[in-house]
Amino acid sequence: MTDIATNAADTAELPRARTDWLPLLLVPALALLALPFIGNPSSWVTLTVAGLAMGMMIFLMASGLTLVFGLMDIINFGHGVFISLGAYATLIVLGPLAAWGQADSLGLNLALMGLCILVAMALTAAVGAVFERVIVRPVYGSHLKQILVTMGGLIVTEQAIHAIWGASPIPIALPASLRGAYVLGDIVMERYRVFAVVIGLVVFAGMELLLNRTRIGLLIRAGVENPEMVEALGYRIRRLFVSVFVAGSALAGLGGVMWAFYRQTLTAGMGMEVMVLVFIVIIIGGLGSVGGCFVGSLLVALVANYVGFLAPKLALISNILVMALVLVWRPQGLFPVARR
Amino acid sequence: MSEVLLQLEGVHTHIGPYHILHGVDCAIPAGGLTVLLGRNGAGKTTTLRTIMGLWQASSGRIRFDGLDISKAPTPDIARAGIAYVPESMAIFTDLTVRENIVLAARSGPVDSGRLDWMLGLFPALKRFWNLPAGNLSGGQKQMLAIARAIAEPRRLLLVDEPTKGLAPVMVRSMIEAFRALKAAGETILLVEQNFYAASALGDHVLVMDDGRIAHSGAMSDLVADPVLQQRLLGLSLDAHQ
Repeated sequence: MTDIATNAADTAELPRARTDWLPLLLVPALALLALPFIGNPSSWVTLTVAGLAMGMMIFLMASGLTLVFGLMDIINFGHGVFISLGAYATLIVLGPLAAWGQADSLGLNLALMGLCILVAMALTAAVGAVFERVIVRPVYGSHLKQILVTMGGLIVTEQAIHAIWGASPIPIALPASLRGAYVLGDIVMERYRVFAVVIGLVVFAGMELLLNRTRIGLLIRAGVENPEMVEALGYRIRRLFVSVFVAGSALAGLGGVMWAFYRQTLTAGMGMEVMVLVFIVIIIGGLGSVGGCFVGSLLVALVANYVGFLAPKLALISNILVMALVLVWRPQGLFPVARR
Repeated sequence: MSEVLLQLEGVHTHIGPYHILHGVDCAIPAGGLTVLLGRNGAGKTTTLRTIMGLWQASSGRIRFDGLDISKAPTPDIARAGIAYVPESMAIFTDLTVRENIVLAARSGPVDSGRLDWMLGLFPALKRFWNLPAGNLSGGQKQMLAIARAIAEPRRLLLVDEPTKGLAPVMVRSMIEAFRALKAAGETILLVEQNFYAASALGDHVLVMDDGRIAHSGAMSDLVADPVLQQRLLGLSLDAHQ
């Protein structure tokens, strides 16, 4: 790595990079603010863990889209179908290996989840590659056409799901070890939600490491800001575009698996149903920002949970309200990405 | 004239409905610094971007060291050994100074001797090494843009108006940096509006007008001929001093 030595005298007066802490403090601040309104600490913990789990699942579904939009300037309304496709891909594994899910073995249960995730990511990555080549590539640079053709792609793929797996909702069962809840006194935390939090954190940490500690991450961050200059440095940005689109589709597939086991029912439209939330969090976070997407997801999910508990009739508009307030404060989102 | 490194033959470029380059013919010799002068809108930036493949030539031929790069994609042109510093500098503001340099060094870590040389040319960069490049001043961003272009040995540097908008003291620093680059044997094609800077640096000069090369020759000849300056540029060097 290119490093230079600086002696103590040199570094003493060096300006320091400022970390933007305010958006990061929003999530704990919101949680603490909700505590006196909710009153009961055990209900507060339960709601908070549930909100964090929901936020992680939204993050998994949204993180790929924010990268695709940030790097490629593509508005992919078809992203939701990769969520649905990932969810249905679980059937490929659950069909022959259903017994692993019923077994009283944490190892077999987790292996089943791992296989579901792997198959879903592989399938959505492959379909994503075709989607990029056939549907997205001809409309680079035209947002209106992108909206139209990606919506078209979504409808065609949803109908393909109907044709392959049928139009009726399909129930699926959680692996045995992930059913039930951890009970600590009055606090109840569903096991699957805790599992979702762990998976979300692992994916977030992985993406942050990839973006900040690797050359490919440097390229993606530079490409989000100025793809033309990346090309002028000798890198083939088109290959990077395809790779990011495929990775974004695979992440949506992973989100789809987590969402499927959370709902325990599969429908072809399940991905499209969460797209409003997905768009809200990537706008709140700052288009192209993975960190912003993470904070935005947690924020939206926590607000939805708290408001749903305190004033259920307001739950539907709470997300829009959060987005409006954030955009009034920071019109480019919580972590604006420098744009060309 | 020494060996020709870059040759443009009858290059035409259209941007949308606009015909910008009307048959550019010129040769850039290996070694030394060639200045491309001309009024605003003469086609200087378009010439650099066409060489770099960022805008495709609609006709004509561009040869780099004998290799036809007229239709080559930009990454291939960069890999052939041409570095480009655009007028906007186009540094990656969200990346640190170090990350900007690391990214520019495609083949791996920057050689430590080269790094020392670069930071000797632009000492301010060392001070801001681990800061986001967006924090730099205009002059420092220009230094970073040039440092990024020379992070690895290149055969030709295309630099678009590096002194634009800079304070006089910074212009002098930039002139010194280009002198050092020349002394290191770099071949440079420099677009410059500042005739004082251009005359201080240039070995050769090309003057563009209305998308064509209107004059080509030694910079010393142009500097010595106020009538020629007036005819080609509508000014004289005296006005800049």
